[in-house]
Amino acid sequence: MTEPEYDPAIQGERIALVDLLDRVLAGGVVIVGDITLSIAEVDLVRVSLRALVTSISGLMEAMDDPREYS
Amino acid sequence: MTADGGWVWMYGVTGDNAEPFADGVAGVGGVGGSLPRTITAARLTAVVGDVGDREYGEAALRRNLEDLDWLARTARAHHTVLEVVAKRGPVVPMRLATLFASDAGVTGTLQERADDFREALSVISARSEWGVKAYAVRPADPAGEPGHQAAGREGPATGPGAAYLQRRRAQLTASKDARAEALASARTVYAELGRFAVLSRLYPPQAPDLAGQQAPMVLNAAYLVADERVGEFAAAVDDLTVRHRFVQLTLTGPWPAYSFTGDGDGPGPR
Repeated sequence: MTEPEYDPAIQGERIALVDLLDRVLAGGVVIVGDITLSIAEVDLVRVSLRALVTSISGLMEAMDDPREYS
Repeated sequence: MTADGGWVWMYGVTGDNAEPFADGVAGVGGVGGSLPRTITAARLTAVVGDVGDREYGEAALRRNLEDLDWLARTARAHHTVLEVVAKRGPVVPMRLATLFASDAGVTGTLQERADDFREALSVISARSEWGVKAYAVRPADPAGEPGHQAAGREGPATGPGAAYLQRRRAQLTASKDARAEALASARTVYAELGRFAVLSRLYPPQAPDLAGQQAPMVLNAAYLVADERVGEFAAAVDDLTVRHRFVQLTLTGPWPAYSFTGDGDGPGPR
């Protein structure tokens, strides 16, 4: 079973890294130009964070396989 | 690169309220351990920090972003500064690793994109971001698994192999039904909570191992909620948790408005 996470005061103490990465890697303002070096240019979300991407596709497969579901 | 051989890391942009940050963002060590400072232009204030080329230059950055420990440390430092700034007023967060070659670059960006930043600030003013995730769970209901009892240790009438297959089929059927129920609930929950929010956005579900959860995630949503409706929103989450027994909901927040100030090139609604 999962732990409830309702208390905002407790939440602040232990923000899940994966929730944070969702936001800081795919949210926020992107500035691209010759004056900057940005994550958007490096194109990490697709190319370099292979571990995350692989795991997410793994989830989709698991969802299609009832044996993984319990 | 700056004259010191480093880069200017940009955390976010706030309104013209530089005065509270005159001594830096007090008590907060930023990315790379350097004290955040501010740059003001076009009646906007950028919160920035100075980082070295050895760790944050292009080649180093590519390499370091592959390192999950480095990424985690950096993401948390970026977030901590934004949280402190957000307590004083609305702040438009930058995506992680937005680096400028000099202060002049930051000033130029504030001037060039002043209208965009002001628009973004007005969208998030007196509002906050909340995360809602739903996990598919099977209700603890023995009636949902016929055959389970009959195939118990008393010994089945039709032989162990047939009983096993029968039990397995029943489990698979129950699993498929539960998954369909969970996905249907996730859709309902997403829409229902949208009624209390100004904006909403979907992220891809997180993998179970990453999320630290066994149960599959069926919903990973962010909402922008007006401050005066946060109580109602949280109550709706509680209510939906009770009404939808095939999903378990978690609420996180308030977050700096990462999900509602971007340029729409993220995952987006699906």
